[in-house]
Amino acid sequence: MQTIYILWLRGLKRYSRSRARIFASLAQPVLFLVALGFGFGPIYTRAGGGDYITFLAPGVIAMSVLFTAVFSGMDIIWDKQFGFLKETLVAPVSRTAILLGRMLGGATVALIQGCIVFLVTLIVGFRPSTPQELPLAVLFLFAIALLFTGLGSAIAAKLDDMQGFPLIMNFLVMPLFFLSGALFPLNQLPTALTVVTSLNPLSYGIDGVRGTLGGIHQFPYALDAAVLVVVIAVVTTVGTILFSQIEA
Amino acid sequence: MLSSGIALLPHARTEVSAVITVRALTRRFANFVAVNDISFEVAEGEIFAFLGPNGAGKTTTIRMLTTLLAPSSGQITLNGFDPTKSPDDVRRSFGIVFQDPSLDGELTATENMEIHGMLYAVPRGLRHRRTEELLRLVELWDRRNDPVKRFSGGMKRRLEIARGLLHHPKVFFLDEPTLGLDPQTRNRIWEHLRDLNVRERITVFFTTHYMEEAERFAQRIAIIDHGRIIAQGTAAELMEQTKTTSLEDAFLALTGKEIRDESSGGSDQMRLMQRVWRR
Repeated sequence: MQTIYILWLRGLKRYSRSRARIFASLAQPVLFLVALGFGFGPIYTRAGGGDYITFLAPGVIAMSVLFTAVFSGMDIIWDKQFGFLKETLVAPVSRTAILLGRMLGGATVALIQGCIVFLVTLIVGFRPSTPQELPLAVLFLFAIALLFTGLGSAIAAKLDDMQGFPLIMNFLVMPLFFLSGALFPLNQLPTALTVVTSLNPLSYGIDGVRGTLGGIHQFPYALDAAVLVVVIAVVTTVGTILFSQIEA
Repeated sequence: MLSSGIALLPHARTEVSAVITVRALTRRFANFVAVNDISFEVAEGEIFAFLGPNGAGKTTTIRMLTTLLAPSSGQITLNGFDPTKSPDDVRRSFGIVFQDPSLDGELTATENMEIHGMLYAVPRGLRHRRTEELLRLVELWDRRNDPVKRFSGGMKRRLEIARGLLHHPKVFFLDEPTLGLDPQTRNRIWEHLRDLNVRERITVFFTTHYMEEAERFAQRIAIIDHGRIIAQGTAAELMEQTKTTSLEDAFLALTGKEIRDESSGGSDQMRLMQRVWRR
C-alpha cells in the first residue's frame, strides 16, 4: 500500500513541477477545439447534427486524457534510461505494487489534465448538458486514463529506448483515437469502419464521456463501463506480467 | 581493523562468518559467457573489491547478487538468503549504488530519501532521523531541498550513498563508485565509505577498474577477467603470489595485460560523457 502511495505521489509531484509541460500539452486540445470546432461547426450544424462544440468538447477532453495517459505510462522507458527504475526494482516490494503505483499516478495526472481541458472547453462555449452526471463523467475519464496508462506501461516494459515511440504513436494510439468517435459520430459509418470502431475499447470510453457531459450517446452506460473494466483488467494483467519480466 | 596478512589467509577466513557466499556462479547471454564459474566469499564487515577491466563481468555479478538478474547456474547466499528463492529478504539486506545514477532528478534530495524509506518500509520517525543523519554525513543537509538535477556528479554520488544506507543494510554494493569523478571527490567519497564501514560494520562490496582504488581501500581483492576470477586475496598476497612489488605488476602478471582507461568500451565512454554533461 505504502509503495503504491509513494509512487503515486511521485507521479503527481513530477507533474506539478513541470509547468512548461502542462502548458505545452494544452496546445493540441486547444487547436482541435478551435480549428475543428469553429471550422467544421457550421457544416455540422447545417447537416442537422446540432451544436458541434457540444459534440466535440467531450471528445477533445477524452483525447487529452488519452495522450497524457499514454505518455505517463511510457515514462517507464525514461526511468529505465535515467536509472530510477532500478532503484524501485531492487526494493523489497512486489513488482505489481510498483506498476500499480505508477499507473495510478499516471492516471491521476491524466485526469487532472482532462479537467484543465474541460475548463478550456467552457471558455470556448461548451456547456455540459447534464451537470448532475459530472461525477460519472469523471469516472469514465479516469477509466480511459487507467486503460491507457496501463497500455503505455505494458508497451514500455518491452521497449528499451524511445526509438519505438513514434511507431507506437502512429500505428496504435493515433488509429485508436481517430477511430473512436472522438471527432465524428459513429452511427452512419460504412460497415467495415463500424466493425473497427465497435472493436475499439476507446469508443466506449468516449461514448460514456460524451453521454455524461454532452447528453449524446449510442451505447448504454452499463455496456461502456463493462467494456472499460474488462479491458483495463486485461491490460493491467498483461502489464504486470511484462513488468515483472524486466531484467535491469 | 584487520591489518593485512593476519587472519586473512583463505583457510583462516572461514571462522569469520561470511555474509556473501558465491559458488560456481555462471551467467550466459545467448552464446556469450559473461560470468564463468566464479566462487568467492565476503566476510562480515569487510571491504571487498572486484577489480577488472570493462566487460570482465563485474556488473553482471552485481546484478545477480542484487536479484536483478537470474544466474544460469551456481549458488548465491547473501546474509543467509538465496536471491532466487527469497528475493525480498535479500533486497532488505543490501543497499546499492549503481554504476549510472538512479535518482529522480525532478525531486529534491529529501524526497528521494523519502521514497527510498517508504519502499523499504522504514518507520516514519526513524526515516526522518536517519535521513538527517546521513545527509549531514555526506554533507548534503544544506542542499536537502534542492532538486537533484541541479547537483554535481559528486553530489549525486554522495546522495546515492546516503540513500542506499537509509534502511541499515548489512551489505553495501557500489558499482564503479568513483567513475568519472575528480580525485578530490573520489577521496571524499572514500572517506565517507570507510567511516561507515567502521561505524556501522557495513560490509562493502565494490567494483572498480582503478588499481590504486582497490589497493588503498579494499581489504581483499578478487581479480576478474573474461568472466573468471583469476586470483583473490589481499594486495600483499597478490603481489607475493606473483613475485611483484605493485598491484599493477601483479595484475599484469596475472592477466597478461594492463588495465587502461583508454581500453574502455564505447558504452563507458558514453557514460562518462553523460555524467560530465549532466552536471
